[in-house]
Amino acid sequence: MAERSFHVARLPGFATTAIIVFLALYLPIITLVVYSFNASTSLAVWGGFSLDWYAKAWANTQVKDATMRSLIIASFAALISTTVATMAALGTTRRRAFKGQTAIYVMINQPLMVPEIVTAVALMILFGLIKQATGIHGLGYLILAHSAFCIPFAYLPIRARLEGMDLTLETAAADLYATPWQTFRRVTLPLLAPGMIAGAMLAFVISLDDVVITEFVKSGGQDTLPTYMLGQLRRQLTPEINAISTMLLAVTVVLLTAFFLLTRKKD
Amino acid sequence: MSQGNRADQYDQMNGNEGGVTVADEVTISARNVVKVFGQGASQMRALDDVSVDIRRGEFFTLLGPSGCGKTTLLRLIAGFEMPSAGTILLEGADITTLPPNRRPVNTVFQSYALFPHLTVAQNVAFGLEMLGKPAAEVRATTERMLALVKLEALAGRKTSQLSGGQQQRVALARALAPQPKVLLLDEPLSALDLKLRKEMQIELKRLQLETGITFVFVTHDQEEALTMSDRIGVMSNGKLQQVGSAKDIYTRPKNRFVASFIGETNFLTGTAEAGGVRLPTGDLISIGLSAADVGRAATVTLRPEQLRLGAVSDPGAIPARVAALVYFGTDTHCHLHLSDGTEVVARLQSPADGESGLVQGQEVGIGFAPGAAQRVED
Ligand SMILES: Nc1ncnc2c1ncn2[C@@H]1O[C@H](COP(=O)(O)OP(=O)(O)OP(=O)(O)O)[C@@H](O)[C@H]1O
Ligand SMILES: [Mg+2]
Repeated sequence: MAERSFHVARLPGFATTAIIVFLALYLPIITLVVYSFNASTSLAVWGGFSLDWYAKAWANTQVKDATMRSLIIASFAALISTTVATMAALGTTRRRAFKGQTAIYVMINQPLMVPEIVTAVALMILFGLIKQATGIHGLGYLILAHSAFCIPFAYLPIRARLEGMDLTLETAAADLYATPWQTFRRVTLPLLAPGMIAGAMLAFVISLDDVVITEFVKSGGQDTLPTYMLGQLRRQLTPEINAISTMLLAVTVVLLTAFFLLTRKKD
Repeated sequence: MSQGNRADQYDQMNGNEGGVTVADEVTISARNVVKVFGQGASQMRALDDVSVDIRRGEFFTLLGPSGCGKTTLLRLIAGFEMPSAGTILLEGADITTLPPNRRPVNTVFQSYALFPHLTVAQNVAFGLEMLGKPAAEVRATTERMLALVKLEALAGRKTSQLSGGQQQRVALARALAPQPKVLLLDEPLSALDLKLRKEMQIELKRLQLETGITFVFVTHDQEEALTMSDRIGVMSNGKLQQVGSAKDIYTRPKNRFVASFIGETNFLTGTAEAGGVRLPTGDLISIGLSAADVGRAATVTLRPEQLRLGAVSDPGAIPARVAALVYFGTDTHCHLHLSDGTEVVARLQSPADGESGLVQGQEVGIGFAPGAAQRVED
C-alpha cells in the first residue's frame, strides 16, 4: 500500500494541542466578557446578570475623557500614518530598484523590530527635552509617536495592493489622455483605496491598543483608555474594567473584521 | 539629399506606386527609428533603423516572429517609450517626444487593461472625459460606441463580469470613442479561442471600414495578416524587411526571411546568367536579372503550389525523382529530389479519388508558369 503523505494534522496529540491553544486564547476573553455582566462587585464571584458596570463606566467622566483621547489620537495616527505609508509605498514600488531601497524598508519597518520599550524611553527623553525647551504640552506628542509606530502597519496592506496592481492600467489611462495627476486621481487612487482603508483601520486598532509608548510619552492628565485601565490596577479593581475591555474588544473586532473583508482577494 | 529624393526613397521602401505624394496621404511615419534597451554588454537593439509610412485610413499590419520588435514600434507610436534615435511624425508633425496623453493615438492592449473599478460605459467614456468633452457629448458618443460594438445591454456592468470576447469589445469601444487618428492594436485577438477569433477578425475589419480610422495591427499569425490587411510590414530582428500588400509580399518576397515566414516555399540557389539562374544541376530557371548580377550567386523562391509535375522531356522542365508523397486531403505534398540532391516540395491538388498517380522513385519533370520563380535576396 502506498504510504500516505505527511500531514501535520495526523500527528498524535494534534487535536489535543489545538484545543489547549484555542482554550488559552479564548477562555480568558470569554471569562472577561461574561464577568462584565456580573452584578457583584467582585471580579471572581458571579452575582447574577446586570448591565450596571456598563452604566457605571458610561457615567465615569475619567473613562469618558480617556476614551475621547484614545479616539482622537487613534484617528489622527491612522490618518497621518496612512498618508505617509501611501507615499512610501508609491515611492518604493512605482520605480525600478534603486540604491538604498533595503535601507528604506528597514526604516519603515523599524517600529516592528526595535523593542517598544526602547522606543518609549527614547521618545520620553526626546519629548521631555522639547517640552522643557518650548513649554508646549498637549496631545501632539502622543499623536506624533502613535503615527510613527503605526506606519509599518498601514504600509503593509497598501504595498500589497500596489504590487498586485496591473501597471498597464496606468499606461492605458495615459493613452486615453489622462495627465499624470488625473491618472493618479482617477485610476491609481481608487484601485488603492481598499488597501488604504485597510491600512488605516489596522493603524487605528494598533494605536487604540497601545500602552507602553503612551505610558512613557503622556503628560499628566493625558490618560488614554489602556493607560487609564493600567492605572486602575493600583486601585480596587471592579467589573467596570471588564465592561470597558469588552467595549474596546467590540470596537477592535468590528474594525479587524472589516480589515479582513477589505484585504481578502477578490474573485 | 533633397526633399523630393527623400520622398521617392520612402515611396519605394513602402511599395508606394503611382506617385502618391507622401505628405497628404500619410498618417504615421517612422523615420530611421532606433530603439536600444539596456546598456553596455547587455545592450539590445529592439528596433534597428525602421522607416515606414502608414497611410490614412488603411489597415496596416506588423507581422513578425516573437521578439522582433513589433510591440516596441507600437509603444513608440503611442508614446509609452521614446526612440533612441530617429523621429516619429503624425500627419507630418514631429511627435517623437510628445507624452502619450497628448497624442491623438489610442491603443487596444493585449491584456485589454480595462479599468476594474469602472463600469463598461464608464470605461468607454474615460478618454472623452479626460479630453474635457461636454457631458452630453460624452454620453451620446459612449452610447454610439457601445452600439457599434453591440454592447448596449451591458453598459452598467463591471468589466470583471464580462467574457473575454466582451472585454475585447469594450477595449475596442474605449479606444475608438475619442476618435483617434490612429488605433494601435497589439495582438488583440491572441487571447481568444479560434471561433471567437475568426468572428473578431471580421468585426475588426468592419469597425475599421465604418470608422475610417487608420489601424496599426500587430500579429504573429500570417493568415490573420494576409486576410485582414491593406498592407503588411514584415519584421525580423528589429528591422522592417518588406512593406507591401498581401499579394506583393506573398508573390514577390524581397528576401529569404519574408519568403519563408509567409507561407511555405522552396529555395533554389545557383549562378546568375543572362537568361536566368543556372542551378548546380545544369538546369536554367528563366528569370529576368540585371546585367550587374551576372556571375554572382542568386537564389530563387518557388511556391510549392505553383509547381506542376510532368514528363522529364517537357520543355524547360527540371528533372527530379519522387522521394515521398504525403496526402493532406485537399492536396498532396510531393517531396522531390533534384539530380544534385536538393529537396523541392510540390503541392498538388488531390484528384477526386485521392490518387495522385505518382509513385515513389518515379522520374518527373518539374514545370512552372513564367513569373512563379522569384529572385530573393539572402
Ligand atoms: N523594456 C524593455 N527592456 C529591455 N528589453 C526589452 C524591453 N522591451 C522589449 N525588449 C526587448 O526588445 C525585443 C523586442 O521586443 P518586443 O516586445 O517589441 O517584441 P515583439 O515583436 O512584440 O514580440 P512578441 O511577439 O513576443 O510580443 C525583445 O528582444 C525584448 O526582449
Ligand atoms: Mg509584443
